Amino acid sequence: MTPNLHLWLIPALPLIGGAINGLWGRRFSRQAVSAVALTFCGAAFALALWVAFQFPSLFTPYEETLASWIHAGSFRADFAFYLDQLSLIMLLVVTGVGFLIHIYSVGYMAEEGGVYRFFSYLNLFMFFMLMLVLGSNYLVMFIGWEGVGLASYLLIGFWFTKDSAASAGKKAFIVNRVGDFGFLIALFLLIKHFGSLNFHHLFSHIMPMSPETQGTGLLTSIALLLMVGACGKSAQIPLYVWLPDAMEGPTPVSALIHAATMVTAGVYMVARSHVIFDRAPAALTVVAIIGTLTALFAATIGIAQTDIKKVLAYSTISQLGYMFMACGVAAYSAGILHLMTHAFFKGLLFLAAGSVIHAIGGEQDMRKMGGLRTKIPWTFWTMTAATLAISGIPPFAGFFSKDEILWQAYSSTHGSWVYWLIGIITALITSFYMFRLWFLTFFGEYRGELSGHEGHTPAVAQASHGHSGIHESPKVMLAPLVVLAVLSVIGGWISYHNTFENFLAPVFRSGVTAATPFEASQATASTQPHAEADATESLLMGISVVAGLTGFLLAWLLYHRRPELPEKIAHALDGFYEAVLNKYYVDELYAILFVKPVVNGSTKLLWHGIDQNVIDATVDNSAEGAREISDIVRHMQSGNLRSYAGWVAAGAAAVIVYMVWIGIR
Amino acid sequence: MVPLAYYLVLSGILFACGVTGFLIKRNIISIFLSIELMLNGVNLSFVAFAAQWKAFSGQVFVFFVMVVAAAEAAVGLAIIISVYRTRETLNVDRVNLLKL
Repeated sequence: MTPNLHLWLIPALPLIGGAINGLWGRRFSRQAVSAVALTFCGAAFALALWVAFQFPSLFTPYEETLASWIHAGSFRADFAFYLDQLSLIMLLVVTGVGFLIHIYSVGYMAEEGGVYRFFSYLNLFMFFMLMLVLGSNYLVMFIGWEGVGLASYLLIGFWFTKDSAASAGKKAFIVNRVGDFGFLIALFLLIKHFGSLNFHHLFSHIMPMSPETQGTGLLTSIALLLMVGACGKSAQIPLYVWLPDAMEGPTPVSALIHAATMVTAGVYMVARSHVIFDRAPAALTVVAIIGTLTALFAATIGIAQTDIKKVLAYSTISQLGYMFMACGVAAYSAGILHLMTHAFFKGLLFLAAGSVIHAIGGEQDMRKMGGLRTKIPWTFWTMTAATLAISGIPPFAGFFSKDEILWQAYSSTHGSWVYWLIGIITALITSFYMFRLWFLTFFGEYRGELSGHEGHTPAVAQASHGHSGIHESPKVMLAPLVVLAVLSVIGGWISYHNTFENFLAPVFRSGVTAATPFEASQATASTQPHAEADATESLLMGISVVAGLTGFLLAWLLYHRRPELPEKIAHALDGFYEAVLNKYYVDELYAILFVKPVVNGSTKLLWHGIDQNVIDATVDNSAEGAREISDIVRHMQSGNLRSYAGWVAAGAAAVIVYMVWIGIR
Repeated sequence: MVPLAYYLVLSGILFACGVTGFLIKRNIISIFLSIELMLNGVNLSFVAFAAQWKAFSGQVFVFFVMVVAAAEAAVGLAIIISVYRTRETLNVDRVNLLKL
């Protein structure tokens, strides 16, 4: 007998917290608002931990139906929750990292206005994110999917009086709509052909189907459409443009939504739908190519950015590219492992960056930082741990996950040495721009004005952390940093001896059985020479470590030892440097290709053409016509009694004439 | 015996006089008299037909019409007095406001 876990409580708790703060938070004191938000979020985390302890004794996958929702004909979708190894990991990451960032926010937002609004949105986000990872069918997942988009929009535009923040929110929402469109079509296809959206039902129906190796078919279309959705939510080429702009939001939001959790929803969705993807090799290749290209592309943009949060944003896109690369070579557990370690170290990087920004009074430009190592030692050391982790230096967390992905990209049946090579180059670039950030921020001389933060425009809300001088952040902000730093160091160790992969194996195992005989023979062939494979793996591991160290050395050389060199190199690579600095002009390209036609088309065709000339004209002209006719007819109604009597008499006479005419006819 | 057509022609003439008077007169009392004239024109045709076809219903109708005309005269004259008191005129063209 399986115990009732009451999984619905986990998302419900943050929802209650968010509702309390949203409805009555305005009247609460700052402490009360924080207490409500932390209590409900912490309770969700505690419950998730309790579930994790119950987990070994569970019969998985565990399903729990809360209420029936849509029941039309043979189609039904329930409010139901689904717990297996994959959702358990997501659950722990979301509630754990989410709770830490809630704590951090108490310190970070301490001097902001509208803090009740902030925490209400943040709790709302937790609710939707948990719905997304716990839903037992695609429809419940889609509620969460849309909901996190809404929360993201609200939080990016948190400082809504700032024009750039408001439009960044809109951009994020609209770009995501493009992806959601693909996701929805995929859901419609699933309903049409399988009559259900329930994971269990769907996957047990798809499982016996054979892979679509010859050409493309239904599963390939569904997989590709799902990938369109994932591209939007997880900021992959070509829909990544919203994520860098999303940095307009408060830094804890960037850490929680735009680094650790929401943007990984696409990876989770692809991993969850692995049964479909496994049977659509063409779609898998597309996923791998998109992921690989995004990883490299975003990493190169990251080199030239000067805003500390923008660097991290492009780094996030690049790391998400790694995760898709892993999914694209059917190494889902490697992708999920990287998702988890990335949540730790990228969350930490953002929080530490927030702490830096907080320390120097709202400045985000790295060219105005420097020499902060001794001023804010806690931030420095935690950020160092995160930087080492993301650069793939052993034994930090990022090393294990990234190395696993690269090895799988090379050795998997769907893999290729091209993915691996681009992955290694990206790893080098990643290490380079991360250490560039690290050197620029913490080493050398302080380049900002000491009292500069007083003179900032009050419109820049982050500037309102106005204390005097550079100062370390309060303990409430440092505690989450330390916890995440520890996790960034040791988080990768759970993959030792494939523990992590074996843990997730029950979820992902199902796909392997359907490999074609050709692929199966290949797979056995690659596993037979064990010693050789081990040697190759060690060699590749060595190369990736070397790549990480090379990135560090380059950054050290350029930004610490010879700080004048970057200028010269930038001059030497004039055109290319310009292109990278301007993010390859992608935003401008999209503006020309999509935004301008839509705006012009709307203005000229829809507004001036249809709205003014057709709709308005119809209404105006019918009113005008009615008035002109009335102008003529109104003379009948003179108000003169005798003229009315005359009309009556004339009418009567007409009737008589008519009768007479009938009579004599 | 006077033929039916004579009665009907007289009735038509009376009715036409009433209509004409109603249309051209401005004095309320004259209009009122014109209405009575029309009623009586109709009454005449009723009794003529009744006599012709030996049917009493025509005669009964005439009594009804006379009763209604009497009632109308009582109410109408009262209204005319009221209008004259407030407007100090009996010209219908100048009684064109609903507000008394």
